[in-house]
Amino acid sequence: MRFMMLMIPKGYENAAPGAMPDAAAVAAMMAYNEELQKAGVLVTLDGLHPPSMGARVSFSNGKPSVIDGPFAEAKEVLGGYWMIDVKSKQEAIEWAVRCPASNNEVIEIRQVQEFLDFPSDVREAAARYPEIKAATQRRERHMRVVR
Amino acid sequence: MTASNIHREIDAVWRIESARLIAGLARMVRDVGVAEELAQDALVAALEQWPASGVPDNPAAWLMTTAKRRGIDRLRHGKLVDLKHEQIGYEIESAQDDATAAFEAAIDDDIGDDLLRLVFTACHPILSTEARTALTLRLLGGLTTDEIARAFLVPEPTIAQRIVRAKRTLADAQVPFEVPRGEDRAARLASVLEVLYLIFNEGYSATAGDDWMRPQLCEDALRLGRILAELAPAEPEVHGLVALMEIQASRTRARSDAFGKPILLLDQDRSRWDRLLIRRGLAALDRAQRLGGAQGAYALQAAIAACHARASSADDTDWPRIAALYFALAQLTPSPIVELNRAVAVAMAAGPAAGLELVDALVSSRALDNYHLLPSVRGDLLTKLGRFDEAREEFERAASLTRNARERGLLLERAASCAQNADA
Repeated sequence: MRFMMLMIPKGYENAAPGAMPDAAAVAAMMAYNEELQKAGVLVTLDGLHPPSMGARVSFSNGKPSVIDGPFAEAKEVLGGYWMIDVKSKQEAIEWAVRCPASNNEVIEIRQVQEFLDFPSDVREAAARYPEIKAATQRRERHMRVVR
Repeated sequence: MTASNIHREIDAVWRIESARLIAGLARMVRDVGVAEELAQDALVAALEQWPASGVPDNPAAWLMTTAKRRGIDRLRHGKLVDLKHEQIGYEIESAQDDATAAFEAAIDDDIGDDLLRLVFTACHPILSTEARTALTLRLLGGLTTDEIARAFLVPEPTIAQRIVRAKRTLADAQVPFEVPRGEDRAARLASVLEVLYLIFNEGYSATAGDDWMRPQLCEDALRLGRILAELAPAEPEVHGLVALMEIQASRTRARSDAFGKPILLLDQDRSRWDRLLIRRGLAALDRAQRLGGAQGAYALQAAIAACHARASSADDTDWPRIAALYFALAQLTPSPIVELNRAVAVAMAAGPAAGLELVDALVSSRALDNYHLLPSVRGDLLTKLGRFDEAREEFERAASLTRNARERGLLLERAASCAQNADA
């Protein structure tokens, strides 16, 4: 089962463009990432530039509108993420607990949706009913676009 | 915290820590069976104490200390022989004074090697393949006996016995708990890789409707392979095997339709291929190649898989490269199956006539007399050459050789369409 560990650093919503964590924090995090790699559970990870370098697209009646960061209403933003492959949500939590995060940081754990999450009889039933199939295809197209 | 919550937490800690725990204990007691027993004792103690006290800050250290205490207890009661009790006693005393941090650091330095020792021991060639597989999944994968039994469609007592006997065999033969070096190492490593790939293939062959533990085996094998790649980073064939498994695993979501019917690689929806796993697989292959291991058996198979992975559509496939890789593989591990795959690649690269030459040579060799894919491939090539009557015969022969009803149906369909084309 795959899980995202989403790093939410308090204050990152106000970070200036090009803001970087300090060397000690980076070193500790790199050691942690290496533990994930050595345990064979790491799939991927990345750090994200702050919202001040980003943009948001919102939608109203199918019409998109774009605003540049930073975003005044955002109270929590992502600083980075890991994707890990483990046997249970509890195991993901156990890994998150070991992260050398600071007082200002929260890690949110979210399970990645996988088609095989649905039992085979459900998938079969879905394949047989055209309406459900059409909805499934729309959802999969959507997921492909998102990916 | 509810009882089931703490048990799930303990399960998770166990999954993360058990292999290293057993490995560290095995180094001390020189016996993987005893090491596992001591580790299990520590787990029981955790199950008894942690619901009340909570999970300790350093669960690994708690488990190790507890296991060592159990070892001392057993020694006092005469239950442990050949135990380096001076060593354990010393280490417990050191842990109890202020040298704890330094002590733990020293132990940590050895853990990588201990885990590697455990890998080589569990996969020792003195054990049968089945025994190695069960022991590896148990000691390194942290699977329960029941999980292993479900994964391999075998009764639980059979697996339990297999594991007991395996430990006894290792103990009786006094197999040293060590990482093999020198001329032994290549063969011992091959034994390890064989076990991992076997586990992976068992999972890969699982079909829809099977027990969930079966396809899980792919992930178990992948995880163990990745761990091994970090433990033995200078071994190119380890990276080669990991690359092969990552890329094969990347196709899981595209391999069968909603009804569980298998879809051939060339017909798969490539947007369903997992790009993260492909990226990891290509990186692992790169590591293998940069270590000079491009001609290893697993590296070659991974390179073939990588050719498919890099092609955004079946039409974009680099068939000449695949044909060359199969040629190299055939030099290394000659086998009629490899030759048949090479024939298919040659046909795609140089035309059906070129492929047919190789297939005809295989037919003459009689090596694949009862293998349905040989006449199936021959039929396909003859169809492309417009020789429909001969093609129909081949598909009918292939249909008669396969036990799989669905496959027989597909082959008879192809025979029928050849018959139509012949009449046209």
